[in-house]
Amino acid sequence: MEKRDLVIIGGGSAGMAAAIEAKKNGIDDILILEKDDVLGGILNQCIHNGFGLTEFKEELTGPEYLSRFADQVEELKIEYKLNSLVLDVSENKVVTYSNPTDGVVVCEAKAIVFATGCYERSPGAIQLSGDRCAGIITAGTAQKYLNIHGFLVGKRIVILGSGDIGLIMARRMTLEGAKVLCVSELMPYSNGLNRNIAQCLNDYDIPLYLSRSVLRVEGKSGRVEKVVLAAVDDKLKFIPGTEMEFECDTLLLSVGLVPYVSLLDKLHAEMSSTRGAKVNDQLMTSIPGLFACGNCLHVHDVVDFVTDEGRDAGRGAANYIKGLSNKSKHIEVKPGNGVSYVIPQFIETDLNNDITFKFRVRKPIKNVFVNFKSGEALIHKVVKPVLIPSEMVMIKINKDKLKDLPLSEIEVSLEER
Amino acid sequence: MLDVIIVGAGVTGAFIARKLARYELNVLLLERESDVGNVTSNANSAIVHSGYDPVPGTLKALLNVRGNKMFDQIADELDLHFNRCGSLTIAINDEQMKTLYELEKRSEQNGVPVKILSAEEVKKMEPNVNPEVKGALFAPTAGVIDPFNLVVHCVENAVDNGVKLHLNEEVTAIKDNGEYFTVKTNKGEYQTKVVINASGLYSDKIASMVEDIDWKLIPRKGEYFVLDHFSPDFVTHTLFPLPTAKGKGVLVSLTSSNNFIVGPSSEPIDDIEDFGTDSLTLGEIRRQATELVPNIPFNQVVRVFSGIRPTSTRHDFIIEPSKSNKRFINVAGIESPGLVSAPAIAEYAFENYISHLFELKEKASFNPRVKRYNRLNEISLEERNRLIKENPEYGKIVCSCEKVSLGEIKDLLSRSVPPTTVKGVKRRCRAGFGKCQGGFCSPIVTLTLAKHYGVNPTEIKWDKEQSNILKSEVKK
Repeated sequence: MEKRDLVIIGGGSAGMAAAIEAKKNGIDDILILEKDDVLGGILNQCIHNGFGLTEFKEELTGPEYLSRFADQVEELKIEYKLNSLVLDVSENKVVTYSNPTDGVVVCEAKAIVFATGCYERSPGAIQLSGDRCAGIITAGTAQKYLNIHGFLVGKRIVILGSGDIGLIMARRMTLEGAKVLCVSELMPYSNGLNRNIAQCLNDYDIPLYLSRSVLRVEGKSGRVEKVVLAAVDDKLKFIPGTEMEFECDTLLLSVGLVPYVSLLDKLHAEMSSTRGAKVNDQLMTSIPGLFACGNCLHVHDVVDFVTDEGRDAGRGAANYIKGLSNKSKHIEVKPGNGVSYVIPQFIETDLNNDITFKFRVRKPIKNVFVNFKSGEALIHKVVKPVLIPSEMVMIKINKDKLKDLPLSEIEVSLEER
Repeated sequence: MLDVIIVGAGVTGAFIARKLARYELNVLLLERESDVGNVTSNANSAIVHSGYDPVPGTLKALLNVRGNKMFDQIADELDLHFNRCGSLTIAINDEQMKTLYELEKRSEQNGVPVKILSAEEVKKMEPNVNPEVKGALFAPTAGVIDPFNLVVHCVENAVDNGVKLHLNEEVTAIKDNGEYFTVKTNKGEYQTKVVINASGLYSDKIASMVEDIDWKLIPRKGEYFVLDHFSPDFVTHTLFPLPTAKGKGVLVSLTSSNNFIVGPSSEPIDDIEDFGTDSLTLGEIRRQATELVPNIPFNQVVRVFSGIRPTSTRHDFIIEPSKSNKRFINVAGIESPGLVSAPAIAEYAFENYISHLFELKEKASFNPRVKRYNRLNEISLEERNRLIKENPEYGKIVCSCEKVSLGEIKDLLSRSVPPTTVKGVKRRCRAGFGKCQGGFCSPIVTLTLAKHYGVNPTEIKWDKEQSNILKSEVKK
């Protein structure tokens, strides 16, 4: 059986960052397994700019951003295998992968980092009503067809969901000569970044309809012919009489991303409401030696933060391989009022000087305190003028503040000022 | 002059074609769709029913039980996923327990082995069942089958043994000339001694081309949820509620691919081309299903779909020659339990009617088996590596959700009933069947089909004629 110190599943931004950081922390025997025929993952098809503002203080395209890390992977002589899909991972850290040159390989690792990204929610997942015809396609798949293969999936387009890929594709398809009729969002607020609403919709006069969703799709001919939207009430039920009909050939879906973690699911790792695994301050899952980072842990809005999280996982895995990450405690971190999830879910080591808590709010909110409490004791309090669900919040707390807590749990909650 | 034209390559037409392929007959199978088994056979519960439910003495009862017994051999010969997992018909109150005993009696009349189980036994077999369960009727001979490849492999076997298959060809008129028929289609005209009408939802229309009929179709739509294979033991049998006048009710079952299916509804419809789904119906299915299994994780739903049953006003299978000409044979009204009955329907139609029309001579060369498929997930590591060495494309996994390799997809294209559409690939090898529903693999499948057929990718279709996936190539 092949043996490795560290196997990293996924060679996108999270996986490459994890590998680079682990290497810098003294781990030499690393293997990155990438299912595609190039490193970089989804960034390869993200040819728009806006990447790297935090990481490099400049605006790069996806391929530019990824190549900076792919170059480092080469320079550091980190081994990677392309066209390599992991078929199975066992609890004792045996990875089985397949590729055209080596066949199926069984490889035992001391630690494994999952950096497998996410997938798009499908028409079935949202139980879309109406005909099941061609022309209903997720935004990322349409992006791949356009930016990698050179094909436009439609000419008259309605977009459901205001996720960032949908917004980016509204602009991209408009520039290629398609007519984007509107973006419809079920919620009363957008799920995309504000800058994307401005630059991708407003600049091209594409209307965004909030609190509206697809009542039904019509396409008996085999291809989408019409999309009927209707307004929804505050319980998200359709309001009769509010129908709007759009003759179109395509319904593009941008209705959410889900961590792609079937391998961890199968191992019965403890899962979080993000549908990624629960992790501790080292980004280790409930299964010792298995780490997770990037969009397979929770879906990010900015790739720079994915890179940063990849580094944390790479460092965590290096600590684990070197035998440094003994668990000294078990503090559970829970989302409280107004917070949908918090990462990490557990604090178990003393290895980090600061712990960065990452979380999202349930709905847009202005002028709030973010409270970190253990029982009745207030450990930390931050004022935030605006918080919205589409932007991940990060708050750093020094580890000294987490000493001697009254309960072995911390709750992160919002309080209106 | 042809000997036989079979109208419709659904599961019924497929098994009739395969039966006739054993003899020296010139047989043409006509299908209006772009693929075989693409309508009712494509969208159903995929259950190999045991046969306790049909009214004793009906063709449904007779042929369901006979068909069920044939399935082990069929699955072997046609290289299919088949799991005789057994079914449990669940009673959740005392009133329903009484009905279970009636069903037990009916099972005896139909010759189906069953057993009434206590609540404790049921909970032991299915820990996720409604804890209020009072008991269940266990039918060990029930099973689940891959309905897509059941038809594909069956037609493939017929074609391998000499049957001709024409896709995208719709029958527009049939003229009865006494000793033979003239069958007109959108593509041409044929003369044939015998016509077999196995055209499913269109069988009343086709039958009416030769005479006035005293039955008609009153089709009913059924909507379903498909869930991912999130757990190997969520349910391990097919769970039914008690049957009602409307049908067998909303079931919760594992499938032959180890994911899960929930449905169907049963609503009469006017438009037999309306395969849409709607949230109200799905909500009602959900409510009924949770009475059987309360904690169904609906966040694991990967797809919703609907199928249409060709229910007839006779409420039984119609397998008989037309009144005006014994050479025109109707095989109609094949609603549930049609899938399990299909091989027996073919036998019945052959023994009672078709065989009387010809001096039959068996083909010496007939081979009941399809060429084995390479399914990489089901073989040993050594075997897998041997195949990858021979063909590296078996090592390239294209569908990460269902772990399907490029080699397996390309294998399909060299079979005798190859897929021409993305849906055709999906139905045959499950690429695109998983949680991302083809989000990652459909571009590769589309481009692979285009390359194989030597067309621009914009020509590749999801399913029907107008269902192109791509609109245009961008300027280069």
